Amino acid sequence: MSAAGEHIVSPKLYVLIWIILLCFTGLTTAAAFGDFGIFNPIIALAIAFTKAILVVLFFMHVKYSPRMTALVIGCGLFFLSILMVLTTADYISRGWMF
Amino acid sequence: MSTATQVPAALEMPRDTYLNAGYGVKSWFLTKDHKRIAILYLVSITMFFLFGGLMAVLIRLELLTPAPDLFQSDTYNKLFTMHGITMVFFFLVPSIPATLGNFVLPMMIGARDLAFPKVNLASWYIFMIGACFTFSAYISGGVDTGWTFYTPLSTSYLNTHVVAAALGIMIAGFASIFTGLNFIVTTHRMRAPGMTWFRLPLFVWSMYAVSLVQVLATPVLAITLILVALERGFHIGIFNPQLGGDPVLFQHMFWFYSHPAVYIMILPGFGVISEVIPCFSRKRIFGYSAVAFSSVAIGVFGFLVWAHHMFAAGISTYSALVFSLLSFIIAIPSAIKVFNWTATMYKGSIHFNTPMLYALAFIGLFTIGGLTGLFLACLGIDMHVTATYFVVAHFHYVMVGGMLVAYLAGLHFWWPKMTGRMYPEPPAQLSALITFIGFNITFFPQFVLGYMGMPRRYHTYPPEFQVLNVLSTAGASVLAVGLLLPMFYLLWSLKYGEIAGNNPYRATGLEWQTESPPPMHNFHETPIVTQEAYDYESMNEEEVVIG
Repeated sequence: MSAAGEHIVSPKLYVLIWIILLCFTGLTTAAAFGDFGIFNPIIALAIAFTKAILVVLFFMHVKYSPRMTALVIGCGLFFLSILMVLTTADYISRGWMF
Repeated sequence: MSTATQVPAALEMPRDTYLNAGYGVKSWFLTKDHKRIAILYLVSITMFFLFGGLMAVLIRLELLTPAPDLFQSDTYNKLFTMHGITMVFFFLVPSIPATLGNFVLPMMIGARDLAFPKVNLASWYIFMIGACFTFSAYISGGVDTGWTFYTPLSTSYLNTHVVAAALGIMIAGFASIFTGLNFIVTTHRMRAPGMTWFRLPLFVWSMYAVSLVQVLATPVLAITLILVALERGFHIGIFNPQLGGDPVLFQHMFWFYSHPAVYIMILPGFGVISEVIPCFSRKRIFGYSAVAFSSVAIGVFGFLVWAHHMFAAGISTYSALVFSLLSFIIAIPSAIKVFNWTATMYKGSIHFNTPMLYALAFIGLFTIGGLTGLFLACLGIDMHVTATYFVVAHFHYVMVGGMLVAYLAGLHFWWPKMTGRMYPEPPAQLSALITFIGFNITFFPQFVLGYMGMPRRYHTYPPEFQVLNVLSTAGASVLAVGLLLPMFYLLWSLKYGEIAGNNPYRATGLEWQTESPPPMHNFHETPIVTQEAYDYESMNEEEVVIG
């Protein structure tokens, strides 16, 4: 920890995360050439989600931040999930019949 | 009418105030003092309000007769679009938080400033840059999408300056986020010793709830408007069915922000009323915790009701049922507030100062606005009155009858604190009365018009609707007088108003313990809080003993 209480991340770790992110980008490109049927968007979203988690944890320092920071980010994701779940619920249930 | 103001004759203005801490242009435009930034916002939004009001006057003049006398349909579309965008994004959203909130919130919790003064100043600059973009769209030909930017109309069928207007709103949204972030951190970290969460004034609770909504919802609007610009500029299929998109998706995303935005607009008003009513009833607020938690509940539940704007847009029946139910549920915390304000006044020693007159008007008008909202949450009625003047009347009762009236209540309430001088009471009371009467004459007929089937956003209408439209336009002229009067007497009071003293209303709250106008850093010594927020009974007893 520095004098200001901020965690110093080694450049090696940054480079490692960057390489992992590049690998995932390559994986996304490779997956785009395959046809996995209904799993096409699921695979793409899973890779994107994993990359986002890495960025948030390491590049945005959430891994080394107080729990309050994680709580704030969790709140944001929770409210985003409200948008996605209720909107998706509308799309899924449009074809339902009484 | 009895009033609570006490202005002893021999008061003097304090020597060192935030107003004389510096005199040059630079001292204002580079200030980091939350009070000066509040004044910058106050002047800016007043200008925008005048512009939006002018658009409203032109709309009402056109609707005086069934024929298209003054404007063609395109021009009329631009008028109501500019009115809506300006009033919603450049007046109502920043009105109480960025002006009154900015000014009094740090003082209310005993802080010397907001947590991030530079971010606070940046928010004003960002707000003004956003306004420049949007107003450049107005000047260069206007925009005619309606303030809702519905697709595919906005993305594929109009040649007006949609992108510039949307970009301006997106930029101004960041100002809103900055303000919200500042308030959240300030409330958490900068409370004076002894200022526990349950000793916080209810205005602070309201601002806290608003800030959460601002921070969580506004980014969705920014993303939505960027997607509109992308589809419009690069024909990427997101909302236009011809390009493989879905227009209802736009409505989901837009209202996910814009319905909580209604609470961004009205929750600060609730906060103001919760300050004014105990002060002028000389009574402790009834049910402090219930009022405080109802603010947070409104903030959270506000995220769950957006699709009630879309019942007629083709969403699924099951989804509509759920959103209808959720919309009814959110009426509960709003009703808690109204009942608690009423209970606070019960057996109180009510004084009819101008802020209290506005607060009383607020309770009546907001109740009508809220109850007609329940009509609209009802699926069957909503199908009948969707896109009619019933909806226009409903949201004006909430936004103007509620929010604008609360803003005027707060502006009068804290004017002595902001300027050190009292506004003149008789003309202020008169203007409150004129506003109340003018507002009802303007908007009540619109409920009837809407129920009879008059659609919104048309510049012509069948002749049988003319009587009510003439009534509405006549009311608008009365309302305009009521709203313009404060500008004159408030400006007059800056020089000629009586010196207010620190606490002219004998109100509780830390902001009243410091000088009027406050010194640069609000307090000469950090206050220590030992009492609950609205202990008017003890104050009254002390005054009886002394008096």
